[in-house]
Amino acid sequence: MALLEVKDLEVSYGVIKAIKGISFEVNRGEIIALIGANGAGKTTTLHAISGLIPIAGGSIEFDGKDLAKVPAHERVMHGMAQVPEGRRIFSQLSVWKNLMLGAYTRKDKDGIEKDLEEVFHRFPRLKERRGQIAGTLSGGEQQMLAMGRALMSKPAIMLMDEPSMGLSPLLVTEIFDIIKSINESGTTVLLVEQNARKALAIANRAYVLETGRIILSGDADKLMNDDSVRKAYLGES
Amino acid sequence: MFISYLLSGISLGAIYALIALGYTMVYGIAKMLNFAHGDVIMVGGYIAFTISVTLGADGWIALLGSIIFCTLLGITIERVAYKPLRGASKLSVLITAIGVSYLLQNVALLIFGSASRNFQALIVVPSVEIGSVTIPGNTILTIGVSVVIMIVLTLFINKSSAGSAMLAVSEDKGAAQLMGVNVNKTISLTFAIGSGLAAVAGILMCTQYPNIGPYTGQMPGIKAFIAAVFGGIGSIPGAMLGGIAIGVIENLSKAYISTQLSDAITFAILIIMLLVKPTGILGKKLNEKV
Ligand SMILES: Nc1ncnc2c1ncn2[C@@H]1O[C@H](COP(=O)(O)OP(=O)(O)O)[C@@H](O)[C@H]1O
Ligand SMILES: [Mg+2]
Repeated sequence: MALLEVKDLEVSYGVIKAIKGISFEVNRGEIIALIGANGAGKTTTLHAISGLIPIAGGSIEFDGKDLAKVPAHERVMHGMAQVPEGRRIFSQLSVWKNLMLGAYTRKDKDGIEKDLEEVFHRFPRLKERRGQIAGTLSGGEQQMLAMGRALMSKPAIMLMDEPSMGLSPLLVTEIFDIIKSINESGTTVLLVEQNARKALAIANRAYVLETGRIILSGDADKLMNDDSVRKAYLGES
Repeated sequence: MFISYLLSGISLGAIYALIALGYTMVYGIAKMLNFAHGDVIMVGGYIAFTISVTLGADGWIALLGSIIFCTLLGITIERVAYKPLRGASKLSVLITAIGVSYLLQNVALLIFGSASRNFQALIVVPSVEIGSVTIPGNTILTIGVSVVIMIVLTLFINKSSAGSAMLAVSEDKGAAQLMGVNVNKTISLTFAIGSGLAAVAGILMCTQYPNIGPYTGQMPGIKAFIAAVFGGIGSIPGAMLGGIAIGVIENLSKAYISTQLSDAITFAILIIMLLVKPTGILGKKLNEKV
C-alpha cells in the first residue's frame, strides 16, 4: 500500500480551478518528483496535501487514512512535514526556537534532544548559529533551517517545495545531496521542483504537471530521456 | 514633587500598559484592532464592583471573579463576533469591533444605569514614606502588580510551548499550522489573556480613580491604543514601554503644562510618532523575504 495516495484531486481558488483531477502515489522510501513550470499547480498540490487549502474534489489518503477530516495542524502528528516554498521560517525567532517549533507536537523530550543533535550533525552551520535570529541567516542557511525544522517532527514523509529556489548552483547541489541523504536515512520525499534536471537525478519516479493536470509520469531516468521532457523542462532542443 | 508626579505617571502608565498588551497581542496574532478591548476594562470594573459592593465579598475574590469573567467574555467575543469574519476585509472586522464596543457599553447602561458608581478600593496597601516623598499605597499596588504580570507574561511567551505557538502564529499562520499549531486555539488564548489583563487594569484603575460608569473604558482604551502604537503595535515590550511612556507624559503635562491640554499633548505625540517612525519605538521592520 502506498504511503500517500492522491486520487482525482481537484483544488479551486474561487472560480479558477488550479488542480483539475490529478492522481498519484508515493510509496514508502521513495523520492517522488513533481515537476512543472511556474503556475502549473505544484504548490497548490502540496498545500492540499498538508491541509493549508481545502480540496474541491477527490481524496488524499495518508498511511491508509483519509485526510478529509484531519485539520492541517493535526497532519504533522500523522507523520507529515512540509518544507514550504520560500522557506517560511520564523524570521524573528532564533534558529533554536524554529527547530523547537518543528517538534511542537512532540512530547518525548529525550527523542527531541536526540533529533536536535542529528539535525545539528547534518547541518553544522545551524549549530553554530543556534542563538541567532533566523531572519539574519543567508538564503542557503534558511533553506537548511526549513529542512531541519521539518525533520524535528520526525516525519514519515517530507513534502518539499522548490528547495533549490534562489540558491547558487553550488548550494543547489549541496541541498540535493542532503535531500538524498535524508531519504537514505528512511524518510519518504515528495519533491516539487522547477529544476527538473536536478530533481530527476535523485528521484525514483516523477510526475509532470501542466496547468493542473498530470501529463506524464514514470521512472525518473526514463523521463530524463523522454524527448518532450527534454524539450520542455530540461531546456534542450 | 517631580518624583511623586513621575511615580503616579508610571502607575497610570502601568495601567495603560496592561491594556495595551491586550491590543498588541490581539493585533499581532489575529491581525485585527479590537476596539472593544477598552470596554472590557469597564466590564471588569463592574464585575468587581458587583462582587465586592453588592455581594459584599472579599476584594481578592472580586479580583479573581472579575478576571475569570472577562477572560470568558474575551473568548466569547472572539468566537461569536470575530471568528466568523476571518478572511473578511479589515474594514468589516473594524466595524464589528466598534459594534461590540457599543454593545458592551449599552448592556452596562441597561444593567447599571448611566450614573457612575462609587468604587471602593478592593485591596488596600498602606502608603510608604521615603524621605520627604509619600508614595500612595495605590501606586505601589499598581506598579507592583503590573511588574509581576509583565514578568510572568514575558516568561510565558518566551518559555512556554503555548507562547511559542503565539509567536509562530503572529509571524506566519500557515507555517505555524504546518508545525502543528492550532491557530483557532491560539487566537482564543490570546483573547483570553488580553481580556484577563484588561480586568486587572480595570480594577487597578477603579482603585485609583474610584468611580465607574458605562463609558469608563473608552478613554483609557484609546490611550492604551496610542501606547501600543507608540511602542510598536504587535510588540509586547513595546506595549509595556509605550504604556509607561504615555502615562508619564500625561501626568507630567498635567502637572507642568496644563490639565486641559494633557490629552491633546498625548494625541499630538501619537501623530508625531506616526510621522517620524510609523512602526513605533520597538516596532518590527516589515520582513524582507529572501
Ligand atoms: N492564492 C491564490 N489565489 C488565486 N489563485 C492562485 C493562488 N495561488 C495560486 N493560484 C493560481 O493557481 C495556479 C497554480 O499555482 P501554484 O500552485 O502556485 O503553481 P506552482 O507552484 O506550480 O508554481 C496558478 O495559476 C496560480 O496563479
Ligand atoms: Mg510553487
